Amino acid sequence: MNPTPGPLLSPAAGRPEVTADGDLAAYLRLTRGTFRLEVDLQVPAGQVVALLGPNGAGKTTVLHTLAGLLRLRSGRIMLGSRVLDDPAAATHVAPARREVGMVFQDYLLFPHLTVLDNVAFGPRARGARRRVARDEASAWLDRVGLREQAGSLPARLSGGQRQRVALARALATHPRLVLLDEPLAALDAATRLGVRSDLARHLREFGGSALLVTHDPIDAMVVADRIVVLEDGRVVQDGTPAEVARAPRTEYVARLVGLNLHRGRGSGETVTLDAGGVLHVADQVEGAALVAFPPTSVTLHRRRPEGSARNVWAGQVTGLEQHAHTVRVQVAAPRHPPVLADVTPAAVAELDLAAGAAVWVSFKATDTHVYPG
Amino acid sequence: MLLLPAALGLLFLLLPLVALLVRTPWGDLGAHLSTPGVLQALRLSLVSAGLATLLCLLLGVPLAWVLARAEVPGTRLLRALVTVPLVLPPVVGGLALLLLLGRRGLVGQHLYAAFGVSLPFTTAAVVLAEAFVAMPFLVIAVEGALRGADRRYEDAAATLGAGRWTTFRRVTLPLVAPGISAGAVLCFARALGEFGATLTFAGNFPGVTRTMPLAVYLTLESDPEAAIVLALLLLLVSVVVLVALRGRWVGGGTP
Repeated sequence: MNPTPGPLLSPAAGRPEVTADGDLAAYLRLTRGTFRLEVDLQVPAGQVVALLGPNGAGKTTVLHTLAGLLRLRSGRIMLGSRVLDDPAAATHVAPARREVGMVFQDYLLFPHLTVLDNVAFGPRARGARRRVARDEASAWLDRVGLREQAGSLPARLSGGQRQRVALARALATHPRLVLLDEPLAALDAATRLGVRSDLARHLREFGGSALLVTHDPIDAMVVADRIVVLEDGRVVQDGTPAEVARAPRTEYVARLVGLNLHRGRGSGETVTLDAGGVLHVADQVEGAALVAFPPTSVTLHRRRPEGSARNVWAGQVTGLEQHAHTVRVQVAAPRHPPVLADVTPAAVAELDLAAGAAVWVSFKATDTHVYPG
Repeated sequence: MLLLPAALGLLFLLLPLVALLVRTPWGDLGAHLSTPGVLQALRLSLVSAGLATLLCLLLGVPLAWVLARAEVPGTRLLRALVTVPLVLPPVVGGLALLLLLGRRGLVGQHLYAAFGVSLPFTTAAVVLAEAFVAMPFLVIAVEGALRGADRRYEDAAATLGAGRWTTFRRVTLPLVAPGISAGAVLCFARALGEFGATLTFAGNFPGVTRTMPLAVYLTLESDPEAAIVLALLLLLVSVVVLVALRGRWVGGGTP
């Protein structure tokens, strides 16, 4: 934290520059009906963090508290050296007085204002003269490649263009922190690809911190430096995209990144699973442990396989799911964990796989990744 | 089974207007319209209804905003009070205004004592009487529009740094503009037709307080043909109002 009061402490003095101390520290506690949110979150300046989680996990609630649209029951929100929320001290900075920008889920571009005036709205509201605000807005539209659309109304834009206007509008106020609520959810698959990489670039160029809510792991992996997984109002995992992809900590994350995941207790090179069964692993781990392995490393056989794989058991196919070039097969067995295996369509034919078919499962201990749980 | 009463209902609404059109002295229309009193009454009506609408906009839009947005207890009671002039017989409203603003009225006596101002029987009184009766129409229309508007746009404005006033002026108002104009048109129509409150509070002085409805009623005794022409004129203005509202209620909701 910067000991000298940054420009944020005197917002009236003019537009603050984004400085290196613009980090977010948030301790969020609130209750809405039966839902409880308990999230501690830190975002260093310049970092792009994805908040990943299933519907109803509280992702949007987190954004709304940070933007000041929702009040905390207890906890504290600090941006740099400035306290934004502290219910204990009756501190609540109004949304308009925070250096926090927001891109809403369906963008909420003002339908009666042109694209240029939408982007100029923030600078105008913060006291810039009309000419200055419009020049600023023009510069932002140039950056997001929408100079041609400056005079159009939002209704005339495509989904991808609206998303870029919403981003430009949020960034034109020079926030230290920008919040993005499912910024790609409203787009179709084709536009999404391009918009996603553009978004990643703009967030990196803007220099402040960014917190992006998504339920799409690919969005999170491409755009973010760090992924925070939220489930049922709590943080269940926090790490780089590579860490999250390699060592998921919950069933939800494992499914998102496409891994088999089992929880148990390690002893030597075996892990006794909480749900029953034993897995052979290649590394020694003691105590609570998680075992992850990709469905591509699991092979299926009609008869008991010969060979060195140490995890071998007989089971029954409970489901088949066609993916792009493979078929994902679910195999269940009594006293063994349920397993997902990716096989080729040819193998499905050869092994005559169908729901209910008896199969042998095998995978090597060296294909598993075991880590403390 | 429902068609017959429906047809009767329609006839009941339309036939009086047909009678008016049939009995209109079309040949002498020009002569009647050029009578000085007619144009005077028409101008007074349009001006006073316009001013009343303006007054209703200035006071009614903020009132609608409070009803739609303020999280204060008693909003329901407040809304009920606002709609009282809707159900109140206009004559009673006019009398009430007189008791408040008349030269001996609750407030009027002080106005007279302090500034020598006496409102009754002036054009200002016409405007006040019309505004009193017409304001609920505007308030209800605008409140409905405000309730229907997506409040998240106001959240968006707030995150962009806009205070409440800026948000109201640059986001909320434009978003509910169609509702406001519909309310204003209704309000104007009601003000234009105002009779009872005007007569009671403002009296009937040619050129000062004699609006079209008053003129129609009074001329009916002396010169029925002239009264019909005046009524036709009012009907014409009503049709214009109807056209202005077209698509909002009349057209079944399509804009």
